[in-house]
Amino acid sequence: MGSQNSTKHLTSLGVAEASAGLAAGRFTSVDLTKAFLERIERLDGALHAFLRTTPAEALEAASGADRARADGDSRPLLGIPLAIKDVLMTSGIETTAGSRILEGFVPPYSATAVNKLKAAGTIVLGKTNTDEFAMGSSTENSGYGPTRNPWDLERVPGGSSGGSAAAVAADEAPAALGTDTGGSVRQPAAFCGIVGLKPSYGRVSRYGLIAYGSSLDQIGPITKSVADAALLLEAVAGVDPYDSTTMPVDVPDFSAALTGEISGMRIGIPHEYFVEGIQPEVEAAVRASIEQFASLGAETVPIHLPNTELALPVYYLVVTAEASANLARFDGIRFGLSVDGDTVFDHFRQTRGAGFGSEVKRRIMLGTYALSAGYYDAYYLKAQQVRTLIKQDFDNAFTDVDVILSPTSPTTAFRIGEKVDDPLAMILTDIFTTSANLAGLCGISIPCGFDDGGLPIGLQLLGPSLGEEKILRAAHAYEQSTEWRLRRPEL
Amino acid sequence: MTQEYNVVVGMEVHAQLLTNTKMFCRCSADYQGAPPNTHTCPVCLGLPGALPVSNRAAVEATIRTGLALNCEIAETAVFARKNYHYPDLPKGYQISQYELPLCRNGWVEIELPDGSVKRIRIHRAHLEEDTGKNTHAGLHTLVDLNRAGMPLLEVVTEADIASADEAYAFLTKLRSVLRYLGVNSGNMEEGALRCEPNISVRTPEQAARGELGAKVEVKNLNSLRAVRNAIAYEAERQAGVLNAGGVIEQVNMGWDEDRQRTVLQRSKESSEDYRYFPEPDLPPLVVDRQWVEETARTLPELPDAKEQRYRQDWSLRPADTGAITGEKAVADYFEAAVAAYGQEDGKPQRMANWITDELFRLLYADGEGQDLRQIAATRVQPQQLAALVQMVDARKINANTGKKVLELMYGSGDDPQTVVKREGLAMVSNTDVIDAAVQEAFDSNPDELARYRSGEKKLFGFFMGQMMRATKGKADPQAARQRLQEMLDG
Repeated sequence: MGSQNSTKHLTSLGVAEASAGLAAGRFTSVDLTKAFLERIERLDGALHAFLRTTPAEALEAASGADRARADGDSRPLLGIPLAIKDVLMTSGIETTAGSRILEGFVPPYSATAVNKLKAAGTIVLGKTNTDEFAMGSSTENSGYGPTRNPWDLERVPGGSSGGSAAAVAADEAPAALGTDTGGSVRQPAAFCGIVGLKPSYGRVSRYGLIAYGSSLDQIGPITKSVADAALLLEAVAGVDPYDSTTMPVDVPDFSAALTGEISGMRIGIPHEYFVEGIQPEVEAAVRASIEQFASLGAETVPIHLPNTELALPVYYLVVTAEASANLARFDGIRFGLSVDGDTVFDHFRQTRGAGFGSEVKRRIMLGTYALSAGYYDAYYLKAQQVRTLIKQDFDNAFTDVDVILSPTSPTTAFRIGEKVDDPLAMILTDIFTTSANLAGLCGISIPCGFDDGGLPIGLQLLGPSLGEEKILRAAHAYEQSTEWRLRRPEL
Repeated sequence: MTQEYNVVVGMEVHAQLLTNTKMFCRCSADYQGAPPNTHTCPVCLGLPGALPVSNRAAVEATIRTGLALNCEIAETAVFARKNYHYPDLPKGYQISQYELPLCRNGWVEIELPDGSVKRIRIHRAHLEEDTGKNTHAGLHTLVDLNRAGMPLLEVVTEADIASADEAYAFLTKLRSVLRYLGVNSGNMEEGALRCEPNISVRTPEQAARGELGAKVEVKNLNSLRAVRNAIAYEAERQAGVLNAGGVIEQVNMGWDEDRQRTVLQRSKESSEDYRYFPEPDLPPLVVDRQWVEETARTLPELPDAKEQRYRQDWSLRPADTGAITGEKAVADYFEAAVAAYGQEDGKPQRMANWITDELFRLLYADGEGQDLRQIAATRVQPQQLAALVQMVDARKINANTGKKVLELMYGSGDDPQTVVKREGLAMVSNTDVIDAAVQEAFDSNPDELARYRSGEKKLFGFFMGQMMRATKGKADPQAARQRLQEMLDG
């Protein structure tokens, strides 16, 4: 019947389209929110993109937004429902980071990014699944079961923001927030055929983001279009007095950067990113996109990033070292799971032993080792030194080019279970994404084709720190000149 | 023959900084007496996702202290995570400073009993956050995180301290400097100032070779006296163990105040590897040179400088300068009194005597106890004390009456003139009254008079006392002495 069609129409909308519809009075925020809640209800049993939804609060907020609009409020994000990755603190809504150790934990405060989105008038539909504490590339490490890829339910959606990416790809939400420590926004966006933006380190406040790798973590939007990513970034970006690592710069009008005009833009093609072992269709699609950029007037320039092969080992030393300290607070004393022991140290052991999954334990142990007396210089300190070299590679490259283009991931989405017993193979899926986090760069993944099995392929554009306008403009120009985003998964 | 040992002590001192808010969050630092866990927020509770933001006032207080302790102030200081698990440590790590502390390479001067001056070198002074407090209640341990995240200054000395008395002098001087700067209350009983000495002993031969003995760290010292006693005890214990052929183990001890002895404590972790690494949540602290210079310019005059000025400008006796400059409140009082009284003809020394002998006696006797900072709250204003001493100088009252007047002033806050008038204490130099008093003394003590007159001249003092008693102490001693002599010999 008619309402079913209109509901389907509503859930296919992205942020900008939904905003236009609300502004034109074609539907209300309550209509929109109900449509998404119904679709989640219908599909998420199979997908498991959400850990929990908040329908009552969402509908109440939606009717509040509708009243505000009736009173003349016309902010672009007013009444837009969104999904939030479960590593972001949401006041009054259970937040677990995908870990059993935080089961039932209801935070007393919200992340700055969540507060900013609320202040902009958006509505929280629910919290999305994630690898436990964002440690993973497939969302299989969630303590609450894996999320499935909407393009093929036997495959992973990528990770760690796999819940957010699957929700957006499956039209369960017009957009979502994810977090990206080594590729956790970009890689699932690529696997799910949508857009994922990792802002420059310090662009978005980390306050209220449950820390994994503090010097690497960034919150980023996962959307259906580049324009939506620009809209959401503008809403969450900016200096925060609660996060000393935010950069004290004004937030640009990112949407204004989407001119469609990229002639003369210099796009670097890093030799080291087209390595053996890339899935042939991925390489072909990305090489075709280089031609497309050239046809749009951009200059493509071969470049070298000589320390590329060191990025992954450096990343895994830095991120695990930081994680080993960041996760020390989960001790069962003040919140979360608490398992009694004979002594206070036994209490810590019992609680952490029961609450953390195996990948989290593995990374805590690796990080603890890298920081230990006698190993610190050889591992952590050396990693930080090489990190500086990697950053210098990019600094050098960006003196010559505006953006750098590469595949987002060497493969398309792999099968659930395919790599769970091989942590090293899992880690290799991050090979093109971790450098941006180590160097504090911004990066975006956008769809650039499909493999022979019909799975989406993503290309990555990297820009210098605070260079979001450049990567957004390039990504938008490419997106508008292709039709990849129009193909949707059948559910 | 028992071997002689030299004592070697290094100190770690933790001082809570007197800021309005905690070190990395906006919680009020004024938590003393508040119900448990009421001065807390996501940051100092270590909730997931919370991030630290440095308290500028605490950084400035550390720079002020570093400058006052003659330290180099770092151009870049880096906060670091010190990792260990304990229920009172919410994040599982303490934010401290490790490789790049704010202050380094300073010194404090102490005076030795022979009057010479010794420098105790400061290895480093850095900023960190305090932990919460565990309270053991039966089978349970209760955690109060009001204190967690309080700004804490840690001062580490070189092992330059060679006795319990030197340690006492060092700590007294350090506490004095902290109070002058207004950065710390100096209150050891409440734990606002905490001191952990590392104590070892060695033979003079070992000292000559630059060797050190195994060191023992002593905790739980809640007063200056406890620090002194603990070091003295521990040094003797270690010498005793060595002389008996034993070995000193590197351990942590606690101080048992009741039994006045050190007792073995189990260390927190059997082998402590804190896995320090730079705190990624806080950018390196770049310390602007102008800020340092401005801070240096606004430092108050410190006790050493005051002491020197008192000695040079006012010729104060060394014994009194220390007593006055130790507490800024006392020095302030003294300077205000001298300003009202005068700087000429040894007047500052006379004022010093009145303060350190008489006013201190009243303060000590008072319920407020040993805290000389109470001088700021006494009812006797410095100007009133100056007026009193001026009355003594002008022989309107004698010195002993002056002490009595001061006591009455201390109780009432009245001016000395008012007290003297009300109590009828003005000095008597009227010859008739004095003569009558002398005569009364003679009449009551005929035997003594006879003995005196037969040559027992030392009885002069006896008659002086009798005569003063007869005038209730009001007689002008000079006039009385003269008349007594005349009448005895006459």
